[in-house]
Amino acid sequence: MTTPNILVLLDTADTQLTSAGLELLTLANTLGTPVAVSFHEPSATALEQVRTYGVSRFLVAALDGDISPHITPAAAEALAGVVKETTARVVLASPTFQNKEVVARLAHAIGAGLVIDTVTVGFEGDDFVGYKRVFAGSWDIDCKVVTDVAVATVRANAVIPTPPAQPAADVQVETVTVTPSALATSVSLVSRTVHPPIHGGVGRPRLAEAPYVVAGGRGTLGDFSQVEELADALGGAVGATRDAVDEGWIEHDAQIGQTGVTVAPRVYIGAGISGAPHHRGGMQASGVIVSVNSDPDCPLFEISDFAVVGELQDVLPQAAAAIREYKASQGEASA
Amino acid sequence: MRIVVPVKHVPDIHSDRSFTEEGRVARGVENGTLNELDENAIECALQLVEAAGPEHRAAHEVIVVTVGPTEAEGALRKAFQLGADTGVHVTDPAIGGSDVFGTATAVAAAIRKLSESGPIDLIITGMAALDGLGSVIPSLLAAELELPQLTLGTRFEFSDGMVEVTRELDGVTEVITAPAPAVVSVTDHVNTPRYPNFKLIMAARTKEIIQWSLTDIALNPNDVGEAAARTHVVKSAPRPPRDITPPVVDKGDGGLALARYLIDNDLI
Ligand SMILES: Cc1cc2nc3c(=O)[nH]c(=O)nc-3n(C[C@H](O)[C@H](O)[C@H](O)COP(=O)(O)OP(=O)(O)OC[C@H]3O[C@@H](n4cnc5c(N)ncnc54)[C@H](O)[C@@H]3O)c2cc1C
Repeated sequence: MTTPNILVLLDTADTQLTSAGLELLTLANTLGTPVAVSFHEPSATALEQVRTYGVSRFLVAALDGDISPHITPAAAEALAGVVKETTARVVLASPTFQNKEVVARLAHAIGAGLVIDTVTVGFEGDDFVGYKRVFAGSWDIDCKVVTDVAVATVRANAVIPTPPAQPAADVQVETVTVTPSALATSVSLVSRTVHPPIHGGVGRPRLAEAPYVVAGGRGTLGDFSQVEELADALGGAVGATRDAVDEGWIEHDAQIGQTGVTVAPRVYIGAGISGAPHHRGGMQASGVIVSVNSDPDCPLFEISDFAVVGELQDVLPQAAAAIREYKASQGEASA
Repeated sequence: MRIVVPVKHVPDIHSDRSFTEEGRVARGVENGTLNELDENAIECALQLVEAAGPEHRAAHEVIVVTVGPTEAEGALRKAFQLGADTGVHVTDPAIGGSDVFGTATAVAAAIRKLSESGPIDLIITGMAALDGLGSVIPSLLAAELELPQLTLGTRFEFSDGMVEVTRELDGVTEVITAPAPAVVSVTDHVNTPRYPNFKLIMAARTKEIIQWSLTDIALNPNDVGEAAARTHVVKSAPRPPRDITPPVVDKGDGGLALARYLIDNDLI
């Protein structure tokens, strides 16, 4: 039996792959032969990264004419061309809002089964299964795909990025060009503006894929500096509740929850957050949940592995300092 | 103007939600409700048909459509309370066990049937159903109906037959535009849904609902449901509760305790 081709959609191949992309490649290696696809020409850095992860074929899904791959149906049509070209058995993507729409249309176009927002994926015998955590993390469900091709989005932190023992000898880049349908081009992109990083946090990991997330709510009273300090001590990202976003204290990109970003970091720390179901829906799948709140009856405590009853301005800076100190001592020990 | 708003009856997010033995979401009348995010879509539709003033309101129609078992009717009644004019309930034993494609197929077929009695200008949906959170139904609906899709709108405008939507995605803002008819989805940031008024609450109780079976919308039983599903829930289980330690009360060393917890558990 030949191993199946596992197509991995890489979001940032034009610059360099983030941990989300490397995790997908790690999973793809456990499932079959990883094949990379992107809507953009890969950078030299990204090519070297995928080579290390055992990828010998990199496909660029291109669109004829002046059509932007940011138009969802056009992107899906380009991707369908690549699936055909590579006879992929599985397509994996990260669960950004854009990707979810693109892969849904891809699955629609090629008659594939779709599992969105899996925690991880695998084969059970010949069956592709997506493992999901639903209802704000309170239930686990296994979704079996019964079609020939399976399409899935996988949340960040599903696996620890690990290259296979054998890197690829070299990577062959191929371009598959598709002419988008009239339907795909009926939508036009008027403008597209990339946001600066949340609170100017250059160098912080992206919220959706960060291993550590420190989120602030109304309890910050608008001052996110201590939340940021703790996030930086941990090497994590800064998040927030919708209330904090609505108050204008932080960008919309920072909103965690059912209508914001879904996070599942190793450690989530909620600072001055009550724990409304809407917020929980976006973070309850986190590995460890820690919360700091002045209210001993705060509902977020009900799902916290560890909680401190206290004022943020006392607890957060102290924790950040202790973590920095610990990291420095570890650094010295290993040096 | 005729606007269709597909709506969903979901378990209340404040209640305990669960799966049945067949791997379907357990939906009961007691704890069910109109998917909260559909209220934003209904609000969008109502604002459009109200824009020309009360004297023109009767010339326009906001139609809410739901696909699902008997209790799904509750979602339509709630939509009536907000001001929807017409309610369509597609229900058929064969629909049970549908995946996202089956659901989109059924909703699209109902919309096609509705367009037989006059053109549909817009289809507006919520950004996601808070029970499944797939966010993919609007895209699939647009694919099924072969209409432009303008999804996840935080701002929405409709004039001279053109729809323009601003969408806030992960780290980007996009403005997209397309001619109507189109499928639009809106987020909770697009507007603030109104509260039902007393008169509408009373009227909603007895308002007639159009009931359609699969045959009525020209579908076969194997177009939807278990038969057509490309995915099956093969296992479902509640997760064990977290191992929760009682909160530490800060007496001047709460931050140290937090750091210690992370260090001792090899989390740093
Ligand atoms: C359709 C819809 C969608 C929504 N989507 C989302 C979503 O995606 N994400 C989201 O987060 N919310 C969402 N919400 C809002 C959600 O319902 C809650 O209102 C929100 O999460 C509460 O934010 P909060 O915890 O910051 O504020 P609050 O509930 O006001 O809690 C503030 C907390 O801070 C504590 N506190 C105050 N001062 C201090 C101090 N000095 N030190 C320590 N603690 C302190 C208080 O004890 C309290 O527990 C949505 C709502 C709706 C209707």
